[in-house]
Amino acid sequence: MHAIDRRNFLKLTGLGGAVFVSGLGGCSTMGANMAQQDFFFVQLSDTHWGFNGPVVNPDAKGTLPKAVAAVNALEMQPDFIMFTGDLTHTTDDPRERRRRLAEFKQIVGTLKNPNVRFMPGEHDAALDNGQAWMEYFGQTHYSFDHKGVHFVVVDNVSDPAARIGDAQLSWLKGDLDKQDKDARIVVFTHRPLFDLYPQWDWATRDGAQAMALLMPYRNVTVFYGHIHQENHHMTGHIAHHSAKSLIFPLPAPGAAPKREPIRWDLAEPYRGLGFRRVDAKAQQAQYAITEFPVKKA
Amino acid sequence: MDLQRRRLLAAGAGAALAGASFATYVLAQPAEQVIRISARKFVFLPGEVTLKKSVPVVLEFMALDVVMGFSAPDFKVRADLIPGQIARVRLLPQTIGSFEYLCDIFCGDGHEGMSGKIHVVA
Repeated sequence: MHAIDRRNFLKLTGLGGAVFVSGLGGCSTMGANMAQQDFFFVQLSDTHWGFNGPVVNPDAKGTLPKAVAAVNALEMQPDFIMFTGDLTHTTDDPRERRRRLAEFKQIVGTLKNPNVRFMPGEHDAALDNGQAWMEYFGQTHYSFDHKGVHFVVVDNVSDPAARIGDAQLSWLKGDLDKQDKDARIVVFTHRPLFDLYPQWDWATRDGAQAMALLMPYRNVTVFYGHIHQENHHMTGHIAHHSAKSLIFPLPAPGAAPKREPIRWDLAEPYRGLGFRRVDAKAQQAQYAITEFPVKKA
Repeated sequence: MDLQRRRLLAAGAGAALAGASFATYVLAQPAEQVIRISARKFVFLPGEVTLKKSVPVVLEFMALDVVMGFSAPDFKVRADLIPGQIARVRLLPQTIGSFEYLCDIFCGDGHEGMSGKIHVVA
């Protein structure tokens, strides 16, 4: 496993960075019978609705609505919008948890595009094994197909010990078994499926088992959240791309004595926060990632 | 009992005594150092532990309120910490330096700050 050399992966453009994913084993063209078309989706992550910490985000109540407005203002609307977990900030109070989930749902209900998909983060789900989250958003793991790409949502947070668990791994195997080895597969998770930095709990206890199931498939890309920053990593031919947060950024893995939020930058408010557009090209196992800030400078 | 027999018995007793001394010596080897650490929302106490290189140690944990985890990835050890039960983790520190440990079972608001340091000295 190794980090991607950014010089080989990044071409900076426009508002943010566009990542042209390569290293997919030479399988850049797919079979012609897979109903593939160009499309794009938007990934938002780690909104932590309910967080209160003016030193790291004095606009905690305003950041998510601003991000929703920014997505609504995109020149073209995405095919779908994906929230990769930690929709809400954790609370020990089950009533407060539900109140935060309800408020979050109400705010994202103002997205112009109704095709919105969700998955939980540990802040949403770990204290009650996803019970409250499921009341509002349904299943915590599922799969769907869109324009020739098979999307799989893996829940590695409802177990407070950060395990996917045998039952879900068995479901994952069954889901993947139905796919051709050349199928285009995108996995959404909250935590990284590899040991990014276990010292800060940036790992999934049984993530290696999920990776072993994915390895035989030649065109797999993983998009995740949890670490509140961009990170690009390869496990063999499988690329992993983490997303920025919409509440506060965190330091690069191991770059600070503790995993503590980076303070709000008065000179550059919302620095380190944002969402991304992911473009999928028909007939190519490539994804172009374009990062957007919460608010234009 | 003749003199020869007395000498043999004395020698045997000496040997037995030597054996006992050896056994005592074995038992008197410095036992593994035991360090007790308590875990409660959202701290480990003590939060910093200093160990000597190559000296085995047992970390003995007690969770005081909710289920937590102890993980020291650099030592490849972890344990579930269940309230009311003592969890023990054996370590043989071989590398000098400071290493993080953390709670790896999500235990509430504040979980992410629940960590500590193991310092290994010469």
